[in-house]
Amino acid sequence: MNNNVIRLLKPLVFVLCLLPLGVLLRQAQQANLGADPVASITHFTGNWAMYMLLLSLAITPVRRISSKLAWLIRFRRMLGLYAFFYATLHLATYVFLFSGFDIAGAFNNLRIHDFHGIAEQWRAVWPVMVDDIQKRRFIQVGLLAWFILFLLAITSPQWVMQKMGGKPWQTLHRSVYAAAALAVIHFAWTLKKGNLEWWKDGLVLAILLGLRILWSLQKRFAQGKPKVAVSR
Amino acid sequence: MLIGKAPEFKSSEITPRERFLNRRNLIFGGLAAVGVAYELRHGLPPYISTGVVQASSKLPTVPSKYAVGEAPTPKQKAITYNNFYEYGTGKSDPAHYAKNLRTRPWTISVEGKVQKPLTFDIDQLAGYRPLEDRTYRFRCVEAWSMVIPWVGYSLSELIKACNPLPSAKYVQFLSLDDHKQQPERPDSYDWPYSEGLRMDEAMHPLTLLTFGAYGETLENQQGAPVRIIVPWKYGFKSAKSIVKIRFLDKQPPTTWNDQAPSEYGFYSNVNPNHSHPRWSQSQERHIDASLFPKTIKTLPFNGYANQVASLYNGMDLNKNF
Repeated sequence: MNNNVIRLLKPLVFVLCLLPLGVLLRQAQQANLGADPVASITHFTGNWAMYMLLLSLAITPVRRISSKLAWLIRFRRMLGLYAFFYATLHLATYVFLFSGFDIAGAFNNLRIHDFHGIAEQWRAVWPVMVDDIQKRRFIQVGLLAWFILFLLAITSPQWVMQKMGGKPWQTLHRSVYAAAALAVIHFAWTLKKGNLEWWKDGLVLAILLGLRILWSLQKRFAQGKPKVAVSR
Repeated sequence: MLIGKAPEFKSSEITPRERFLNRRNLIFGGLAAVGVAYELRHGLPPYISTGVVQASSKLPTVPSKYAVGEAPTPKQKAITYNNFYEYGTGKSDPAHYAKNLRTRPWTISVEGKVQKPLTFDIDQLAGYRPLEDRTYRFRCVEAWSMVIPWVGYSLSELIKACNPLPSAKYVQFLSLDDHKQQPERPDSYDWPYSEGLRMDEAMHPLTLLTFGAYGETLENQQGAPVRIIVPWKYGFKSAKSIVKIRFLDKQPPTTWNDQAPSEYGFYSNVNPNHSHPRWSQSQERHIDASLFPKTIKTLPFNGYANQVASLYNGMDLNKNF
């Protein structure tokens, strides 16, 4: 695939990845988010963060299976950034809606420049969130996954990579595997016991990571004997 | 006499548009009712004859002193946002997959520590006492809440008619267990769904034997044709689509308590001071007519503390959550 085509495709993929957000906003506008819109938005943004993350992780295996698709690498960063984008929306949903934050009141106060009022509203929900972070495992792993994606997002520009050096940059960006595993654990832990809705995401991730492990083992065997001899 | 009464229904009730196929159920329902009636010579005397009641048909009701004066959640929201795992784990699943539930014929058997095991036909049960309008607050363990105008009568009325033995200390409710009608049911749970109450909780006048909501018979996804509503407990305590009631001398095993005892206690009284391990129970998203639910403070015993707190005198509610 030549550069010109990719240059044309990029904006297209960019808009395509924004479509889920468009759908969400449209549903909100039509009051079509179900009885519990906060829960709907939480699930929707969480799901799309997961899908984008899995898509970005699928690129390397797909390239490996078919060399004709090698050009897909040019889209990996965008997909990763979109994973961060939807994960951030997901986190924001928790902070500004799920927590019980009076968002309508806050907008009102913003309009009349009552920043003291906003601070008060913030203080009303802050203890709930602190409590969650201290006590709830699924919040902790979810937050950690978001933080990893945040680190990867801010180090994603070309110039940061050059500044960091290829090797350290690659090491850091391998933590995306941890982020994805934490995301699946986060999802599984939000569900009631016995509810196995997470298995599809878990299976896809297991395949994507499993292939990498398989290939790295193959590579090690192909290189001949293990470098470190076993001593007794 | 019952045998004469059961198959009596108006032709207008038989074939409402999409219910055409149910005609067969009605015929078999009528036959079954005759059979059951034979067994029920000493069963319940009907207070009013409701005939054969179908989904979404109007129920005659009387006002109740137990109703709260809050605006009900719009029906459309209440019947599209349900936890009913027999029909799938998603909130909108029951509205889709409970369509195939056949609610006629339907019998409820009573067994265990009773003078004599009994079997009731659903229409006979619905006609036993006047049906009351009981608008109650409804608090889900997942921290959302609604206000639902239930229709039914106090479970205590039925319990008295069942003549439980003095050794009966608990009541267990078992829900319909029929994989054919519940294809979306996850295998990761032990079915049937089981719930239970202590005898004094079951006898409390607020505990409602529920046949309808919004002035009509229950929608399938709400637990048709008959369910329990215990308004001061988290929603999962209120068993749906009940087919069996057991009186026991011991606390019965209950579905969610068995699954995750640290998350769902046997009592599961609404308690803002006792967190669920995965979220705070101090507040709830109140689902009303507005687009975005307001978050409101959760009340002890879901606002029914005056009526029910005395049931738990001397109990550590953090230990017996």
